[in-house]
Amino acid sequence: MSDAPAIRLTDVQFAYGKGPRVLNIPTLEVVAKEKVFLFGPSGSGKTTLLGVLAGVLGGYTGTVEVLGRDVAKMSGSQRDAFRGSHLGYIFQLFNLIPYLSVLENITLPCRLSAERRARLNGMSLEQAAEQTAKRLGIGELLHKPVTNLSVGQQQRVAAARSLIGTPELIIADEPTSSLDYDHREKFLELLFESCQAAGSTLLFVSHDRSLMHLFDRQLSLPDINKAGS
Amino acid sequence: MLLLSLAYHSLKNRVLTTALTVFSIGLSIALLIGVENVRVGARESFANTISQTDLIVGARGGSLQLLLYTVFRIGSATNNISYETYDHWKNHPAVAWTIPYSLGDSHRGFRVVGTDENFYKHYRYRRDRSIEFASGRAPADVFETALGSDVARDLGYKTGDKVVITHGVASAAGRGILDHKDKPFTVTGVLAKTATPVDRSLYIPLEGISAVHIDWADGAPPMPGEEVPAEKITKQSVKIDQITSFLLRSKSRIDTLRLQREISTYTEEPLQAIIPGLTLQELWRTIGYAEDALTVVTFFVTIVGLLGMLVSLYTSLNERRREMAILRAIGAGPAKIISLLVLESFLLSAAGCILGVGLVYGLSITFQPIVEQHFGLYVPIQGPTPTGWIYLGAVMVAGLIIGFIPAWKAYRNTLSDGLSVRL
Repeated sequence: MSDAPAIRLTDVQFAYGKGPRVLNIPTLEVVAKEKVFLFGPSGSGKTTLLGVLAGVLGGYTGTVEVLGRDVAKMSGSQRDAFRGSHLGYIFQLFNLIPYLSVLENITLPCRLSAERRARLNGMSLEQAAEQTAKRLGIGELLHKPVTNLSVGQQQRVAAARSLIGTPELIIADEPTSSLDYDHREKFLELLFESCQAAGSTLLFVSHDRSLMHLFDRQLSLPDINKAGS
Repeated sequence: MLLLSLAYHSLKNRVLTTALTVFSIGLSIALLIGVENVRVGARESFANTISQTDLIVGARGGSLQLLLYTVFRIGSATNNISYETYDHWKNHPAVAWTIPYSLGDSHRGFRVVGTDENFYKHYRYRRDRSIEFASGRAPADVFETALGSDVARDLGYKTGDKVVITHGVASAAGRGILDHKDKPFTVTGVLAKTATPVDRSLYIPLEGISAVHIDWADGAPPMPGEEVPAEKITKQSVKIDQITSFLLRSKSRIDTLRLQREISTYTEEPLQAIIPGLTLQELWRTIGYAEDALTVVTFFVTIVGLLGMLVSLYTSLNERRREMAILRAIGAGPAKIISLLVLESFLLSAAGCILGVGLVYGLSITFQPIVEQHFGLYVPIQGPTPTGWIYLGAVMVAGLIIGFIPAWKAYRNTLSDGLSVRL
C-alpha cells in the first residue's frame, strides 16, 4: 500500500443527477506523503472532487483509487469504514460536535472505528489524543467544552481529530480561510509537522494562493478538471 | 456505547427542549397510567362496596333491584320477607352469620335502616374493613340510633341529639307529612367514614322499626287516642314481624352456590339470593362505559405528547446537519446516523415513561387520602397495572417508530449534503 500513490484518478467524470458535468479529470495523481496544494475558484468542482475522494459521492465513471483501493469497488459501508480508518478530514468551519469536549471530539474517530483505534501503537486513547493535541499546541484545552474555543483553536482541534490514529491521507477543505494571516502560517506549520510525524499524505484545498509556496506541489483544479472547458 | 454517549450528550446539549419533551411525554404517560389506575381503583372500590357477604337475600324480584336497595339504598323493595323465614335461614347449619335489614323509613332524605348487632360485628367493606365508630356506641335500646358519617356531617347531628324519622322514603323537602313524631330516636353514636353508601343512612335496631309502627294498622297511622306511647315500649315487648332483606355469610364458600339454590327454591316464601360480586359486576358493565371514553381521551393525549417529541427532533435536524456531516466524515455510515436519531427518540420516550410512572406514584401518595375522603374512591398506590405496562411498552415502541421519521430525514440530508453543508 505504501508504494501505491495516495490518490490516483483516471478519466473520472461526474454529474449531479442529469445535470451538467461537474468533474472531468483525465488524470490526477498524488504520491504518498506528498503535501499537495489544490487551488481553484469556487465552482471549479473542489467540493465535488473531495466528496468523490472521501467516498461519499458515487455514480461517477472512470477509476478513483485512494491508497491503492478502488473506491467504486467498495460497498457503502466499506467506504464508510475505509474513510473512518484511513482518512482524516478537516472542514473549513464548524468542525466540532458542540456537545462534546475537546478530548471527546479528538478521540471520536477512534471510538467510531476499531481499525483506527488499533493504529494507536499501544497508546491509550487519552495518551494519543494528548500527544496529538500537544503537537498542535492545544494540550491544555483537552477538557474544555468546544464552545469556549476561538476559531483558531477549533481548527487545531479539528486537525488533531483528523490526525489521531495516523491516517494515511489528510484532506483539508479550506481549513485556514477563517484564520488571519499569522494564524494561518502557524496552523500550517503545525499541520505539516504532524503529517510528517504521522507519515500522512496531505491534500490541502484552498483558494488562498499566498500559502501555496509552503507545499511540495501545487495543482490548479481548473487545469486538471476539463469539465468547465 | 459510542452512539449512546453521543445521543445522551446531544440531548443534554439541548437541555431545555429535551426537558420540555420529556416533561410532556411524562405528563401524558402519567395521565395514561393514572387514569388506568383510577379506573381499576374505581372498579375495585365499587366491587368492594360490600365484602365478605356471600349472598344477599330478599323477596323475589329483580336481582339488580335487590342489590340497589340493599347495598346502595336506591329504590325500594316491593315485598318484605317474614321474620320466621329470616329466622330459618339465620339458623341454617351452613350459615356463618346474617345481617338483617329492615328498610322503608327515612330521615330528611337519608334512609333509615333497621338492623341488629350483627351489622356492627360482621359487616365488611373493601375486603376486610369493619364498621367503626367515630364517636359514641352502637344503639342498644329501641329508640336509639347510630348515624352514618355523611348524615351526621350534613345534618350537624351529634351524640345525644333527638331524631324523628319519617314514614316512607321522602326527599328532604317532603318531610313532616307522616313523621313518627311521637317516637323520637336518640343518637348514641356516629360511624366512621367508609366512603360507601353506609355513610348515608341512619341505623336503628330492628325493634325500632317495629316500634314506630306498633300502633299502625294497614299502613295507616293510628287514630287519635289509639297511639301507644314510646315510654311503654321496651325491646322485649316489640315483636318483629318482617324484614326487607338480609346479608348472608356461609360457613364455607363451597356451600354458597348450594345455599343460593336452596334459598331460591324455598317453598314457604318466594325468595331470591344473589351473589353481590356478580351483580356488582353486572351493574359496573352498564355504567362503566365512561371509563372507556376516559381511556380514549388519554390515548390521544399520549399521541400528542409523542408528536411533540417528533416536532422537537425534526426541527433540531436543520441545525444538526453540520454535526451529521462531521460524523459522516469520520466514518459514520447512514446506519449509524439513523441509529443515533432513533436512539435519541427512544431515550426521550423512555425518560418520559420513567417520569410518568414517578409522577403517578408521587401523585397517588399525595392525593390518595384526599381522593378517598372526598370521592369515596380508593386508588391503590401502585405502579402500572398489567394493562399499564402494555401501555408503557406501546409508548416506547411508538417512540422508536417515530424516531425513524427524523432519522430518515437526517439520512436523506447526509446523502444530499455529503461532507459539505450549504449553510
